[in-house]
Amino acid sequence: MYEFILHITSTLTVVTFFPLVGVFVLLLINKEKKDLLRWVGVGTALLTFVFSLVMLGQFDSQDAGMQLVVSESWIQIGSNWSIDYHLGVDGLSVLLVLLATLLTPIAMFASWTAIEERVKEYMIFFLLLEVGMTGVFLALDLFLFYIFWEFTLVPMYFLIGIWGGENRIYASIKFFLYTMAGSILMLVAVLWIGTVQGTFSYTALASMGNIPPGTQRWLFLAFAAAFAIKVPMWPLHSWLPDAHVEAPTAGSVILAGVLLKLGTYGFLRFNLGLFPDASHYFAPSIAFLAVVGIIYGAIVSYPQKDVKKLVAYSSVSHLGFVMLGLFALNDRGIQGAILQMVNHGISTGALFLIVGMIYERRHTRSLDEFGGLWTVMPLYGSLTLIVVLSSMGLPGLNGFVGEFTILLGAFGSEALGSYYYSIVAALGVILAAIYMLWMFQKMFLGAVSNEKNALLQDLNWREIVVLVPLLILIFWIGLYPSPFFNLMSASVEQLTAALDFGNTLVLQ
Amino acid sequence: MFELVPFILLFPVLGLLTNLVFGRYLGERFVGIIASGAVAASFIVSVIQVFALVNNNFHVETVLVADWITIGKMYLPWQIRVDTLSVTMMVLVTGVGTLIHIYAVGYMHGDKRFARFFVYLNLFVVMMLVLVAADNYLMLFVGWEGVGICSYLLIGFWYDKGDDNLGNARAGRKAFVVNRIGDFGFLIAMFMIFGAVGSLQFDAVLYYFENHGMEVGQLATTITLLLLVGAAGKSAQIPLFVWLPDAMAGPTPVSALIHAATMVTAGIYMMVRSAPIYAIAPSSQMTVALLGAGTALMAGTIALAQWDIKRVLAYSTISQLGFMVAAVGLGAHVAAMFHLITHAFFKALLFLSAGSVIHGVEHGAHKSDDHCDPQDMRNMGGLKDKMKITFGVYVVGAIALAGIFPLSGFWSKDEILADAWHVGMVEGHWHGMTVYILLALAAVITAFYMTRQIILVFFGSSRSAAANHAAENPPTMTVPLIGLAILSIVGGGINLPWSHTLGSWLEHTHHFFHGIDFNLTVALTSTALAVASIFVGFIVYYRRPLESSTAPDPLMSVLGPSLKFFYNKWYIDELYGTTFVRLYEWKARFLAFKVDRDFWHDFVHNQIILKSFKNVSGTLSGPVDRLGINKFFDGLAYSVHNIAVKVLRPVQTGYVRNYALGVMLGVVMVLGIMLIR
Repeated sequence: MYEFILHITSTLTVVTFFPLVGVFVLLLINKEKKDLLRWVGVGTALLTFVFSLVMLGQFDSQDAGMQLVVSESWIQIGSNWSIDYHLGVDGLSVLLVLLATLLTPIAMFASWTAIEERVKEYMIFFLLLEVGMTGVFLALDLFLFYIFWEFTLVPMYFLIGIWGGENRIYASIKFFLYTMAGSILMLVAVLWIGTVQGTFSYTALASMGNIPPGTQRWLFLAFAAAFAIKVPMWPLHSWLPDAHVEAPTAGSVILAGVLLKLGTYGFLRFNLGLFPDASHYFAPSIAFLAVVGIIYGAIVSYPQKDVKKLVAYSSVSHLGFVMLGLFALNDRGIQGAILQMVNHGISTGALFLIVGMIYERRHTRSLDEFGGLWTVMPLYGSLTLIVVLSSMGLPGLNGFVGEFTILLGAFGSEALGSYYYSIVAALGVILAAIYMLWMFQKMFLGAVSNEKNALLQDLNWREIVVLVPLLILIFWIGLYPSPFFNLMSASVEQLTAALDFGNTLVLQ
Repeated sequence: MFELVPFILLFPVLGLLTNLVFGRYLGERFVGIIASGAVAASFIVSVIQVFALVNNNFHVETVLVADWITIGKMYLPWQIRVDTLSVTMMVLVTGVGTLIHIYAVGYMHGDKRFARFFVYLNLFVVMMLVLVAADNYLMLFVGWEGVGICSYLLIGFWYDKGDDNLGNARAGRKAFVVNRIGDFGFLIAMFMIFGAVGSLQFDAVLYYFENHGMEVGQLATTITLLLLVGAAGKSAQIPLFVWLPDAMAGPTPVSALIHAATMVTAGIYMMVRSAPIYAIAPSSQMTVALLGAGTALMAGTIALAQWDIKRVLAYSTISQLGFMVAAVGLGAHVAAMFHLITHAFFKALLFLSAGSVIHGVEHGAHKSDDHCDPQDMRNMGGLKDKMKITFGVYVVGAIALAGIFPLSGFWSKDEILADAWHVGMVEGHWHGMTVYILLALAAVITAFYMTRQIILVFFGSSRSAAANHAAENPPTMTVPLIGLAILSIVGGGINLPWSHTLGSWLEHTHHFFHGIDFNLTVALTSTALAVASIFVGFIVYYRRPLESSTAPDPLMSVLGPSLKFFYNKWYIDELYGTTFVRLYEWKARFLAFKVDRDFWHDFVHNQIILKSFKNVSGTLSGPVDRLGINKFFDGLAYSVHNIAVKVLRPVQTGYVRNYALGVMLGVVMVLGIMLIR
């Protein structure tokens, strides 16, 4: 019994499963008491964030290995083969957990007035989604990981399918099937590893490192199938604009902010961690697709008429940077990539919130409907400007730090063997300025041409509260990213060492 | 005293934060005092740094402010470098900046976004100081893009004005995007530097290239050419200069501060800073010199034909920046910095005076209800008696720019020409003589178009009611003008040929920075040319003054179609518009709508994948099911038994993974059914 309590109260278990407490409370509340439901939902998510800060407090950034580990045999199969309840956090995942626990309450708070129907179910699905996301980042048992991975699909499916736009059924099914299709290959690979290696434990597998290179490649591809769709890597991005356009604002925030990172995190944790040889083998191909994605996403963003679509395609471009950094396979590239995951969560999350704010007022997202909004809503315009600049990688704001370190990492990467990846990717910086400033101009500059916009209210206190934490992070990471890099550096060093790559172009 | 240097950034930061938060409650007077005071305080700190350097025997000092990016061996701190070069720029930026801030208080009076203007202006000063105070390339780049974004915001400050109410916003966007093309070159250059040196700290980088010399010549050539791309963007050189004339959409103090005196010189500063890399890349140096000289001449010809008072000055700025770039290419770093400083004085003066003229004419327009374009010189004329101070300082600025002895422009321009002469005649390089000829021609044109402008604006009779009712501006505007006029007159004193004050001051930063001896032949030639040019200008414009605001340029009869060619800026904007811009927009639409939406999304996904899925499931549910339906009933009893024995029993394994699989398959099937319906 004592041990049981110990496990239940271990930090990572609490961080992962505390939202379920909120779910149970929500179940007991009358569905007509909407404000109470909202308070309980947001409150639970906020408490979860506090718990994740406790986790951060207990985290030792000097330690490269897994920390705060919880490990308990869960399903015993045969004598020495089991699926374990195995959680742990290290420098690769700690920031992503914090990102998930931060964005969830923000997204829920942002939907305070946008969601009026089925508030109870909405809050429950959101909290369930949080359990799944946190679980993915913390799970160290491959099968457990797979369960959390699939589990995230269900609440998101309903969030899009119930509270989405006109075409929501199509989008939600497409989202579900598309991601599912990739996951099945991953399931096969997970089962294969479990059977052949005799364990599902990530830490055990990573330290064994005895998968033959030929086999690694097949496993790499099977995992990559699931992750590449999630990221999404070009050309598997077709589900993303649909899902974003139809999802409710908060759904888009979480989708772009966290769910896409499940894919990049998967690459980082499993493909890089378990299949180092295959990672080297495939690095140039993946980097190639990443660079194509950077340019393609940026170009395709530009002529979009729907703001949400524009931002969705920009994600394809931004996530391309992350993938490029990861497969530079050196410390700069990977640290930059992890930071860029966080940056994209913040900036794109904020952009979707911003789009949601105008959508709530005007019930349209068509760029042609806007113009001159800065005059009508000065605060809204100014805050948007900061986010836009962050998203296009202005130095001094967060996006630049990530992009620069990624490009520098890719430039000197021996795994890629050519600096052209980096040079072409850097063109994305020009293109980002084109589509981002275009969007800003269409929405905010010029005279107020559409009289429907003339009397719009500027942001209310709730909307300001929603954006402020993200704005603080935009400046913090841009000006003083050291604390963020420090959290990940030990683990990334260990990973790059494992990748057998203590190299740089630097010969000091 | 060096530890005070962070305050140079801190004061304007505090200024902008104060105005950002409290600006709307403070009223114009306090907003203006806070903003100008913050920059003035920075100026004092900058001057203190001069004395600190003197006390320190001119030795460079670095001040660490905070860590920034540290990954493995990569160390990029927020670190300020205090050496003679950076302090020169700090003093210049804050000094001219203070005067322009004070002027702007008068100029922006009554604007509904008064406080916001000063927030932007202070932010600009911060970014410009980050740029010049940086101790590594990346921090320089932060300032570099930072001033770019301030420029974007200030060009589009009146974002609801201009053509289609969007012209100003478009000009801002154009400026930033064109600059980003330059920044791309800068970024790649940084990657290459880091790849070779393993650091972006100036000391490490410059030490590396000085010590490896010609053995890294190839690398140095690539890097310096990429840096040139960056400089061409920021300092508006061929082929990226197209943004600067449009940038005149911003309020005039912005044109003076950002687009004449400080930001646009950042490219020159950066190349001077990188001088040791250029030193081992002779072919890059030659490219830089020729590009600068070519820009100087080309922009001069365009300035010749413009009617907009600010556009003349804008092209003149491009032309003068060309002089500086050419000087850098010739290895005449001191001359480049010297001209940078004097140009900051007299071009800021000219822009602010032009602003004063515009303001005066606008005032007249209100009074007379004649709403003509207040920037078109054809609507002016005869202002010399109505705006006496403005007229006086304008003439000072113009003859300083034309390079007439003994004003500041004479000394600095002459030093560049002397350097070109030296490289061409003494060292015997063909490009030196080419540069000399191009620059001498540009100087002739400069004197001519300034004469044209002075006469069109101030002489003759008023060609519009607005000009007729124009009036002089208040002292907040005229006092800074007088200050700048004095600087434009005596500014040459910082580097007179017999003292070389600036040269020996800058020499402490790089040992091969030194001035060149006075060359009487060159000086006499250029003075004679300038005087002759002014004389011709008088003949053309004074003796046959423009009669009305619709009359053609008298020069038309001399130059004919080539004047039209110059007026239309050599059709460069049209060329870029039809090639790059149109092409990109077409390509973007093609990719977005044809490739991504029609082909990839609608055809491949919705038609092929979805349809074939529907077909398969349709076949299964249709023919298969219907044909099999009889057998189904026949064999129902048997089947139930069979399923129970053969299927269900093994399925009941007790393994969760199997159940999970089952659940998943079930979900897939349910979804499939939903899809079919």
